[in-house]
Amino acid sequence: MIRLLLKRATAHFDKFLLGTLMFTLLVALFVLYSASGQSMDRMISQAVNIMVACAVLWVFANIPPQHLQRVAVPLYLLGMLLLIGVFLFGDVSKGARRWLNLGVMRIQPSELMRIAVPMMLAWYFARREATLRFTDYVVGAVMLALPVALIVKQPDLGTALLISASGFYVLFLAGLSWRLLIGLGVAVAGLVPLVWPLLHDYQRRRIEILFDPYQDPLGAGYHTIQATIALGSGGLAGKGWLHGTQAQLDFLPERHTDFIFAVFGEEFGLLGNLLLLVLFSVIIARGMLITANAQNTFCRLLAGSITLTFFTYAFVNMGMVSGILPVVGVPLPLISYGGTSLVTLMIGFGILMSIQTHKKLVST
Amino acid sequence: MHPRSELKNTQREQHLFRLRLGVSALLVFICFGILAGRFFYLQFLKYDYYQTLAESNRISLVPIVPNRGLILDRNGVVLAHNFFVYTLEITPSKVENVEDTINNISQLIEVTSSDRKRFKKLRDQSHSFESVPLRAHLTEEEAARFAVNRYRFPGVEIRSRLFRHYPQGTLGSHLIGYIGRINDVDLKTLGEREDLPNYKGTDHIGKVGLEQYYERQLHGVTGFQQVEIDADGHAVRVLSSTAPIPGDNLTLSIDSKLQDIAEKAFGNRRGALVALNPANGEVLAYVSQPTFDPNLFVDGIDPDSWKGLNESLDKPLINRPLRGVYPPGSTFKPFVALAGLEAGKREPPFSIGDPGFYTLPGSSHQYRDWKPGGHGSVDVQRAITVSCDTFFYGLALDLGIDNLASFASHFGFGKKTGIDIDGELSGLLPTPAWKAKRWKQKWYPGETLITGIGQGYTLVTPMQLAQATAILANNGTAVRPHLVTGIQEGSNGVTRPIPVQIMDKVELNQQHIELVKQGMMGVTQPGGTAASIGAGAPYLIAAKTGTAQVVGIKHGEKYNASALDERHRDHALFIAYAPAEDPKIALAVIVENGGHGGSAAGPIARQVMDYYLLGKEPTPPPTAIPDAPAKPTEPEPHD
Repeated sequence: MIRLLLKRATAHFDKFLLGTLMFTLLVALFVLYSASGQSMDRMISQAVNIMVACAVLWVFANIPPQHLQRVAVPLYLLGMLLLIGVFLFGDVSKGARRWLNLGVMRIQPSELMRIAVPMMLAWYFARREATLRFTDYVVGAVMLALPVALIVKQPDLGTALLISASGFYVLFLAGLSWRLLIGLGVAVAGLVPLVWPLLHDYQRRRIEILFDPYQDPLGAGYHTIQATIALGSGGLAGKGWLHGTQAQLDFLPERHTDFIFAVFGEEFGLLGNLLLLVLFSVIIARGMLITANAQNTFCRLLAGSITLTFFTYAFVNMGMVSGILPVVGVPLPLISYGGTSLVTLMIGFGILMSIQTHKKLVST
Repeated sequence: MHPRSELKNTQREQHLFRLRLGVSALLVFICFGILAGRFFYLQFLKYDYYQTLAESNRISLVPIVPNRGLILDRNGVVLAHNFFVYTLEITPSKVENVEDTINNISQLIEVTSSDRKRFKKLRDQSHSFESVPLRAHLTEEEAARFAVNRYRFPGVEIRSRLFRHYPQGTLGSHLIGYIGRINDVDLKTLGEREDLPNYKGTDHIGKVGLEQYYERQLHGVTGFQQVEIDADGHAVRVLSSTAPIPGDNLTLSIDSKLQDIAEKAFGNRRGALVALNPANGEVLAYVSQPTFDPNLFVDGIDPDSWKGLNESLDKPLINRPLRGVYPPGSTFKPFVALAGLEAGKREPPFSIGDPGFYTLPGSSHQYRDWKPGGHGSVDVQRAITVSCDTFFYGLALDLGIDNLASFASHFGFGKKTGIDIDGELSGLLPTPAWKAKRWKQKWYPGETLITGIGQGYTLVTPMQLAQATAILANNGTAVRPHLVTGIQEGSNGVTRPIPVQIMDKVELNQQHIELVKQGMMGVTQPGGTAASIGAGAPYLIAAKTGTAQVVGIKHGEKYNASALDERHRDHALFIAYAPAEDPKIALAVIVENGGHGGSAAGPIARQVMDYYLLGKEPTPPPTAIPDAPAKPTEPEPHD
């Protein structure tokens, strides 16, 4: 009886994916303990976050994809409405207008859009798949550009970048022509020398510092320099858990959130970093497998976008911490401290599991 | 994309999709490959380099705060400079019990109760990991005594810091301003200016006056050192160092001697004085009385001193030349006269017979002249000299309020002068449109009349009044007033002069302006309202007295200064420029509740002009001039 119930409850879990996720989250807890200056409170609070996120994962894994397909449009419209609300009446905190106060609670609508945008685009292209024309890509691009513009305006460049990526992946997987893609790339590259002289001095300087942190070692470049030192000094096997000098001596800023990878890399070294890359690769590979075997276009596009967005998170964060990408506020998925981004992430994995496990139940 | 494929081709779609997915997988592989390569480079190839940086000797970046620029008067007298002092500072987060610690410290070093109060206030305003000063200006002996006992006080340290000092004390405090500790509001401003990195290590920022207006120039550019730190956190060796660039030095147009004479001339009375060079806009003296000691603010003012300054009825913290607004009273009349002449309304030989009052057509209400019985026959020149109210009532009505306002605005009334201190008020030049908007009421002709004698809604700042006088002296050319005449760059020592900036030029008939000027010269001659001010002066003074009502005097009632509470007495105003034929100085003086302009404000102006033009110092030292009792034979001119 109990076994049956348990079987029911776990029927929609993808055990392989779940196992990998859980292992990664467990590692994350240890890293966090070290990164937060051995704070038990932080660790417990993140453990609670993980439990909540797992519950959300379970819920989404049990929602059949066709339900998601049905709510895609209303969810997108609701998200847009809330984003406009933020634009008009949002609360300002730390210089950015990201939160909307609904009286009972404060919400951050851009988080909702991380899921809603790929769902909406997947819905649209699934609907139009038989008669896809050039204009459909234009419509898709507009549906993507509207929320992104509002989020850039907040300003929240990190989130805007990730949502752009998630939307772009849908367009790409839906078959955006290579010619157009290359054309776009060339156009953007061609614009740079044209726009550069038009920028203000301070804007140019900001961009220069993004690419060469040593130009401003006390200001914007400080994070990157300290993070590179942390990583490099980790060496092959790392300094050992709780023994990272950079991390433990307050040199690293935001070390339990966006820069947690520097702590990880310092304490576990090159081997630890490669292991983390392998873990992420396994998760991505599993996601791609689910994508490849998905039942219909909606599921394929959505699953593909979720998987590739996860990859983007990981790549951008590790890239910025190791100094090959400019610093934008993107956390390291599954590892960084914080409940909201973890929940959003797990909703994505829940959807992936749902796509995988509801396959047999739906007739083609 | 392919309009031909109307029919769904599952096979083809699948193939296309898998191809795209394969490309994505390749992208993932390449990107992760790049990351792995980067990790290999950092953690394997460059390991020794980073190992040295991080492990054996940790690197710390230490900001080097630049010296703040000096503020000097026109003769090089120092008004603001820096020196090193020892301060005793506590970092609350590193101390277990702050109260006990302070008690223990006070057994070694004197800690007064105002030090404690100030510390508490600063502590509430800062983060717990910031170090907060408990005592400043430690003597060598005190510093040594603490150093010996330092081991007993973790989290407490002696820092040697650059301290801002204003050696002249209260002199010119409103124009120099002061610096204070950086607070959240300042941090926000700095953040918006993208200047935060340059303030690493800096605790203070200009709060008011020139210290604030020229903050960017005065602060300089922060340098930094890369320092190796051993395991105990002590600096071992400097790896690289970028020197700071000191702040720029400011040279002012102010003559501190003249400033001192002007301030002392006020005695213990409240008020303001602004003296300008009409030709180039240089501010020669800038007085706001009473003053305060800006040194009190540098490291956080203690609550008692703050209370004393902030709650004083004399309001010493108000920057009166820019933020005090007063009715101009009769000092407004020369400008009304000029407006009339330019509009072709009162050109000689036009004159009126003054019965001592004016009535609006169709009304019986009498608008009184300050002199009962009137001035007899008055033309435009004499109207200024004797300050005839009746003449200006009629003129204002004839001109119309809108014409009057638009003419007066050329002399800077109702707008900011653009002086190089923030917070200037623009006063008020009333019009019917303004009244409709502000009070939702219509404009009455009677209000035009009293505007003509500088009463009613019109409000000016002392700065505006001085500027208007300078524009008049300058025959209509408005030069932007400024306190700083030169900025000496901290990086190379080169002094950049501040250029003279002409803001406006009114085309005026030379004959008209000459008439007005003649009227103003008459003011300081026998028969004028300030004859005593011109007495014995070897140069000719053009002036105008003024009195601004603080409390309205009821119709038919007589003004009796002694019967009124001191703070309800009229404000005394005085504008002047000299020498009249070739103006070198133009000024405006306001003595709050001083009574009549000629007797209360005029002598202050005379002392300033005497020193500036003749180098003559007042003897005996000026003291508060008692209010002259009204002469029984002739009424004190109340205009």
